[in-house]
Formats: sequence, structure tokens, C-alpha cells
Amino acid sequence: MIKVVFFAALREQLDCHELSISSENLVTVDDLQKHLANISEHWQKIFANTALLSAVNHNMANSEQVIKSGDEVAFFPPVTGG
Amino acid sequence: MTLHSNSEISIQTADFSLADEVALLEKDNAIDGAVVTFTGRVRNQNEGKAVTSLTLEHYSGMTEKSLEIIITQAKLRWQIGRVKVIHRVGELFIGDQIVFVGVTSKHRQDAFAANEFIMDYLKVQAPFWKKESSAEGTYWVKAKNTDKNKAAKW
Repeated sequence: MIKVVFFAALREQLDCHELSISSENLVTVDDLQKHLANISEHWQKIFANTALLSAVNHNMANSEQVIKSGDEVAFFPPVTGG
Repeated sequence: MTLHSNSEISIQTADFSLADEVALLEKDNAIDGAVVTFTGRVRNQNEGKAVTSLTLEHYSGMTEKSLEIIITQAKLRWQIGRVKVIHRVGELFIGDQIVFVGVTSKHRQDAFAANEFIMDYLKVQAPFWKKESSAEGTYWVKAKNTDKNKAAKW
């Protein structure tokens, strides 16, 4: 299973902080994002946001990053710390 | 409350003291002639709205890791001695301190450059998000293109 976590405005828009997704048929972060977008029309709209960033196991990732069962994948808006 | 601390990075809700942090950077440090510090504070205006408070959310686990990576990059690029980064999380008010970056080096060019680099990279890579409160309600602060462009210049 892949642990998926959401932060900040994205978490609020989805009304979800985390969920578990089977890694079957999901090879990359992009595959996972497309899978999440298919959950509902609402999620589809939100994941159409091209500014979203992702991280795999606490490292910034891009859409081609390969993922596997046991990974933690996070999606979040551009960061605003400091 | 301190959520994470090693000698160089601290993610915490509590305030910090500039004087204490400088003392730590200078204590038993006879080789470094330069100490450069930066403090970031909560301002009362953002995007034309009067801010009353802000809440800092963070990705526990990744924040520490991303700051470690940034500090390592700074050490590879410049000859620096000690580094300390403190970032507060939770609810903060106007005038409160948010972030501290302290760097020492033998000569000042390295400490100045490394400190600016660490702040510029923190702004675009460290997973923190600010939610501001104003009379008009609460809203998430938007990331700025100027920060993205500044980081790209390094």
C-alpha cells in the first residue's frame, strides 16, 4: 500500500489529510495523481491544478518519480515558509 | 514545545532568543571571524490585507530533512563553520519571530552568501505553509514567483 498525505489548502479542498492506496498498476507519481483525480469530479478539478508539488518519502519529487508499496507520497501547494 | 532538534535545526512552537543563538554560534569558536544572522518576523500587511495572526503548518519529518539538505548544500558551496536554522510553527502574531538563520565563517563573504542561500532555498523547498487571519477571514498565503526566481539565481 502507498500512504498518501495532503497538506495545507489542498488538504482543506479535498477534506482529507491521508489515505492508503494500493500500488497495483501505479508506477510513477503521475500515475498516482491521475488515480486520485479519478476518485470524484471534485477531486478531478482539484488535481487539475498544475502548481501542486509532490514528495516521496520526504524528498521532493517530480511526476516521473517511481513509487512502490511502502512509500509515503505527499501532495501539497507551493510552500510558503520563512 | 520543540518538535525536532539537532544541533543545527530546530522546529519549535516556542520563541527563540537572538542573543542566545549568537552565543551558541560564538562559544568556543576561535576560528570564525564572521557571524551572520537573519531573523524573519510576522508583518502586519500582506497582499493588501491587514494581518492579525498567522498559523504555520508543516510536514513533520520532511521539514527537518529538507533543511538538512539545504544546509549540506551550503556547506559544500561555501567555507562555513557553524549553522543554525530555527523555524517556528503553530499560531503566531504580528511582530513575532518566525525564522532564524545563523552562519559563521572565517571571513564574512562566505557567511553572508550561505545565510542568504539558506533562506532563499528554505522559502521554496521547506514544507511549511502559512495561513493568515485578517478582518476579511482566513486564507492560505500564495507562494511568490519572486521567491522562485531568487532561489533559481543560485
